[in-house]
Amino acid sequence: MDAIFLQILNGLDKGGAYALIALGLTLVFGTLGVVNFAHGAIFMMGAFCAVTLEKILTLSVRVKDESVTFFDAYKETPYLEVWFGDTGSAIINWSVPLSILLAIPVMLLIGIVMERSLIRYFYKRPHADQILVTFGLAIVMQELIKAFFGANPIPQGAPDIVAGSAAIGAVFGLGESVVYPWWRLIYLAFSLMTIGLVFSFLHFTTYGMVVRAGMADRETVELLGINIERRFTIVFGMAAVVAGLAGVMYTPVLPPDYHLGMDFLVLSFVVVVVGGMGSLPGAVLAGFLLGILQSFSSMTEVKDIFPGIDQVIIYLVAVVILLTRPRGLMGRRGVMES
Amino acid sequence: MSETKNILNVSRRTILKGSAATTGAALIGGTFPMHFIKNAHAQTFRGDPGSASSVKLGFNVPQSGPYADEGADELRAYQLAVKHLNGEGDGGMLNTIKPLELKGNGILGKKVEFVTGDTQTKSDAARASAKRMIEKDNVAMITGGSSSGVAVAVQGLCQEMGVIFMAGLTHSNDTTGKDKKRYGFRHFFNAYMSGQAIAPVLLDEYGADRRAYHLTADYTWGWTQEESIKAATENIGWETVNTVRTPVGAGDFSQYITPVLNSGADVLILNHYGKDMVNSLTQAVQFGLRDKMVNGKQFEVVVPLYSRLMAQGAGDAAKGILGTTNWHWSLQDEGSQAFVKSFGQEYGFPPSQAAHTCYVQTLLYANACEMAGTFAPWEVIKQLEGFEFDGAGNGKTLYRAEDHQCFKDVLVVRGKQEPQSNFDLLEVVKEVPRAQVEYPADMFGGELGPYQV
Repeated sequence: MDAIFLQILNGLDKGGAYALIALGLTLVFGTLGVVNFAHGAIFMMGAFCAVTLEKILTLSVRVKDESVTFFDAYKETPYLEVWFGDTGSAIINWSVPLSILLAIPVMLLIGIVMERSLIRYFYKRPHADQILVTFGLAIVMQELIKAFFGANPIPQGAPDIVAGSAAIGAVFGLGESVVYPWWRLIYLAFSLMTIGLVFSFLHFTTYGMVVRAGMADRETVELLGINIERRFTIVFGMAAVVAGLAGVMYTPVLPPDYHLGMDFLVLSFVVVVVGGMGSLPGAVLAGFLLGILQSFSSMTEVKDIFPGIDQVIIYLVAVVILLTRPRGLMGRRGVMES
Repeated sequence: MSETKNILNVSRRTILKGSAATTGAALIGGTFPMHFIKNAHAQTFRGDPGSASSVKLGFNVPQSGPYADEGADELRAYQLAVKHLNGEGDGGMLNTIKPLELKGNGILGKKVEFVTGDTQTKSDAARASAKRMIEKDNVAMITGGSSSGVAVAVQGLCQEMGVIFMAGLTHSNDTTGKDKKRYGFRHFFNAYMSGQAIAPVLLDEYGADRRAYHLTADYTWGWTQEESIKAATENIGWETVNTVRTPVGAGDFSQYITPVLNSGADVLILNHYGKDMVNSLTQAVQFGLRDKMVNGKQFEVVVPLYSRLMAQGAGDAAKGILGTTNWHWSLQDEGSQAFVKSFGQEYGFPPSQAAHTCYVQTLLYANACEMAGTFAPWEVIKQLEGFEFDGAGNGKTLYRAEDHQCFKDVLVVRGKQEPQSNFDLLEVVKEVPRAQVEYPADMFGGELGPYQV
């Protein structure tokens, strides 16, 4: 029972990350009709916003370690600690949550620049062209990050106060030994909140209503004199912000490296396809579903019956769903079928 | 005049008689002079520099992909080795390895040049780039790599093509076990040696009454390490609760870590390397494993194969974690110091264990060519087989003839709690003597194959 409960949490947590990335992918596909293979790289750029802020906050006074000969080794003390003592340490400790403030404008800018300078020339081109150009862009972005930060993962700590584990078992009447890291719980809450915000924006604001109208019938909306293209640009920026924030928040879970985006990209596409191309609720549902399935398939009890199932489950499910429901779980007629 | 003629006559007869006798004796004794056998030394082989003034070596390292940083460090070491072979720089280990016939004038008087390939840490890409260097660039030797999957694949290719492969970082028992090859040589230690080295330290630190849970990377290296560490820990009285295989590059290991919490295990052994190890260790610490008390004991995490680059990636999570490593820059012996000095002055930071092994491999190959007096691989192989040397950083070292595995001292290390500097991440707990990690040559099976292909 304890094990199942923990695996559900793991699945929700993983699913949260998948859903956030897939949400952005679907949003861009639904509005602009662009299959964006650079979306994983945007997630990775978000994670590196956190790395960048941490690097800035920990700019250090370097004192040479005289015991080391042949090369220069330094003991580093961040300026913030030198100047502000404990307050400085606390600021550094909170660098991941603080980087949200940096990531929002940076990711919005990256998204808008990307859309205006490159993606918009590919709206009317075949999907294959879009895939090629966005995939190329993803490679350029990750090589840039590698050139600046190297290929090794760069660890990012959660603030001390939430770095440990929560005795969540006691809350749900399970054993004392059932614990779960605070930061993962926060990540789950954050993804649910972000998903909620995106849906509220699309459903409860006039701006969102126009965007949805544009997704359904672009020509009519344009005939009404609305500059739908500009709104879609903003939507692209928004999708970049969502993926970027997902990246920032994920850094304490997974030390980011330049390849982080590619690791998630393929999975996110499976999520989108399983959920149904162009369906936002489908993407979220499929994200959580596949996350949970992946967690359960990794349990020893399951692997004893089906060896290696944890490595193929996602693709197996995708095949079954596409065979039984070719448009995905919540796909609409006519999307990518013309 | 007549006197001169007489002398000439006598000496001609003597010479004729003498040479006939020598030839006859040689024929009878079976030691046929080489110039009478068709194609003896003149027999062609791949990578033969012939009468060219230079010889080319092929450095096949990960230049892209997750091990690119490690590959870059290997390449730095190779460039340094080439410099030293050609008599540039301070000579590094050329001054400390003994015996050594290298004179700093290249190899057999030929200047050393090199080409590089990108393994991408993928077996097929690594084979393709090795093949290109052999066929297009005519390299005399291939070296490098940062994964056992790659090492086994490239070693197989090199055996087929008759070019010597001096393996880079590869730790699977298979490389010099079931997949060993006549043309492949490994300086790096292996999983079995890690197990033998770390087990006594684990017994000292954590006691005999322990229950271990293994998470294992699902490929050749992970499997053999799990097997070796399991055997070594069970030998000191530990019980193995479970062994779970995880896909390479899983990223999030939470679904494999949560079952550990309630498994009754009090030690987690991570048979992961590189990024996988950084992720699984970071996440294990997040799940509170290191703060946990199980069976009345402090829960512990062990990483059998450790490197400084990995400790850097895992950050605070690596502090206090035990593991083994092939070599570390803080070693104080003459050879290590010479290498750290050359490398540090050239690049401004210390070399990694991968850099060390690659540097030594290049010098050993060059030296074997000098000893053989030829680049013909079957002659060079004979010189490397059973070669004993000292002064390369791990004490007296033997390149065992039967399986081409190096035997030398192994380091048990621990993630440092209070680093003194940005490079001071591991502390050496114990230098385990070579005798403790030796094993019979036939233990892991395999066949070396022929000298001539």
